[in-house]
Amino acid sequence: MTTLDQPTATAPNPVTSGDRPVRRELGVANALSHGFLLLWGLLTVLPLLWMFISSFKTNGEILADPWGLPGALHLDNWARAWTGAHIGRYFLNSLVVVTGSVSLTMLMGATAAYVFARYEFRGRQVVYYLFVGGLMFPVFLALVPLFFVVRNAGLFNTWLGLILVYAAYSLPFTVFFLTAFFRTLPTSVAEAALVDGCGHFRLFFRVMLPMARPGMISVAIFNFLSHWNQFLLPQVLLQGDASKWMLAQGLFALSVSQGYAGDYARLFAGLSIAVLPVLAVYVAFQRQVQAGLTAGQLK
Amino acid sequence: MKHGKWPLIVTFLVPPVLLYVFFVVSPYFQAFQISTTDWLGYSADANPVGLANFKTLWHDDYVWNALKNNAILLGLVPVLTIVLGLFFATMLAMGGRKGSAGVTGVRGGALYRTVYFFPQVLSVVIIALLWKEVYHPNKGLLTTALHGLGLPAPTWLGDPATAFWCVLAVMVWSNVGFYVVLFGAAMSAVPKEIYEAVLLDGASRFTTLRRVTLPLLWDTVQVAWVYLAIFALDGFILVQLMTNGGPNFSTDVIGVRMYDTAFGSETKFGYASAIGVVMFFLTLSVAVLSLRIGRRERIEYS
Repeated sequence: MTTLDQPTATAPNPVTSGDRPVRRELGVANALSHGFLLLWGLLTVLPLLWMFISSFKTNGEILADPWGLPGALHLDNWARAWTGAHIGRYFLNSLVVVTGSVSLTMLMGATAAYVFARYEFRGRQVVYYLFVGGLMFPVFLALVPLFFVVRNAGLFNTWLGLILVYAAYSLPFTVFFLTAFFRTLPTSVAEAALVDGCGHFRLFFRVMLPMARPGMISVAIFNFLSHWNQFLLPQVLLQGDASKWMLAQGLFALSVSQGYAGDYARLFAGLSIAVLPVLAVYVAFQRQVQAGLTAGQLK
Repeated sequence: MKHGKWPLIVTFLVPPVLLYVFFVVSPYFQAFQISTTDWLGYSADANPVGLANFKTLWHDDYVWNALKNNAILLGLVPVLTIVLGLFFATMLAMGGRKGSAGVTGVRGGALYRTVYFFPQVLSVVIIALLWKEVYHPNKGLLTTALHGLGLPAPTWLGDPATAFWCVLAVMVWSNVGFYVVLFGAAMSAVPKEIYEAVLLDGASRFTTLRRVTLPLLWDTVQVAWVYLAIFALDGFILVQLMTNGGPNFSTDVIGVRMYDTAFGSETKFGYASAIGVVMFFLTLSVAVLSLRIGRRERIEYS
């Protein structure tokens, strides 16, 4: 590599002699590093690509030649998955529930966080730590009682129940993150607005909330993906009526029925339907998505 | 901000608190209480039995088997993921040519990062179902690739000897990309002069990673460790969907144990809650321990 062309004369000191082998090693490592990076890239993409390509093949083609390309584009697989296996309906169900749950989470999370960040009152710390303490508890522990809490409230097998539960379990992180975010906003703007006779509510919705937009977007993306990908809660709280299922449940059912029917193409089409929109949104907004999710990690 | 603040505090705080206490706080408290009963399900009575469930648990070989698997996951998944994550993040950050300009990122680094992150935005359900097909013993990608090379292929998820490692590989696969991005973000905060100085001093890439990058990223690595440890103690969805704990309980994890106990063929809610309580204390101790052991002084760049 070009590193070997470096003029050694520019460094006329004893280090020079030891310098060359090191640089050669870096050159070799360079080629190696590209190799490893490419390998991992392939490992990531290949299963997804295979799924996508297989979704256009006939079942015969999938069994006879798993690595081959489809002879013709069999779009009927997608139709069978979309309508026959109701993936289309589940997709819309998930969209409705997650829209509701993310909106509710953001509204409740932002209002609570704003109070914690900006108002002094007795017991504030206690209530704040009550919320943030929830970060430490695994959902698993609550699963059995939660099932009965939801059932006794008449919310078992309802979307409303699922929306409320999603929102409740997302509050710890949302409140924690947004409280920190509201604290970073300058107080002078709020004080000026109050002096000008702006009410507390107006101040929040007209001034503070717009100022908190970057933080809100990060948390909203984080919550959207975690609600959209949720499987455990719908499986426990939305067991009955298959027409109300979430996408994850529908895909699972599709995979189970595929075991009996042997309709691999339909399963791959169903998975592709679920993957493509998410990947498209991710690629379009990847900077925000990566920021939102890594912010989630660094809480 | 003194006058008239109470209407806002009450309207803003009461609904979230009610929602949270009703769906989150109260179930957690109930879980501890249920774990000390013999409650068998939907209508049956729950009698207090003290710590009998925990005693049963102590002698339950299935629970121990699941815990053993969780322990192996705990030992391997965080290490493998973090090592691979650091390795690729380093490659991306400073794998580029070393000219007089010093340390540069690798070409196409942004594309790599985009692609590596893919598994993170996919639902675990999709990852599990997709890999189940990749591991398919007849038509799967892996089997046919090995056969194509004239090599014999194992039955992957169908064989108790290999199934566990196949699931473990998927866990690492699905997490690495996220940590590449996370570590990459942390590395970009490290001043480049530090790396340039180290490379000028003739340090090898491995030494740089071990002696410079790792200490500088310690906080981030530690957080990653805690998360991956919690992930390894869970692993429920991947296992349930790929193998359901089989074959012959070789991939069983404590989460699957608990789910089956509560919502499987029998509904032993008391016993399942006891497993949940154990999981809670395990998770908590692992998190606290890794934070304690990993505590070092913070490094700030001036």
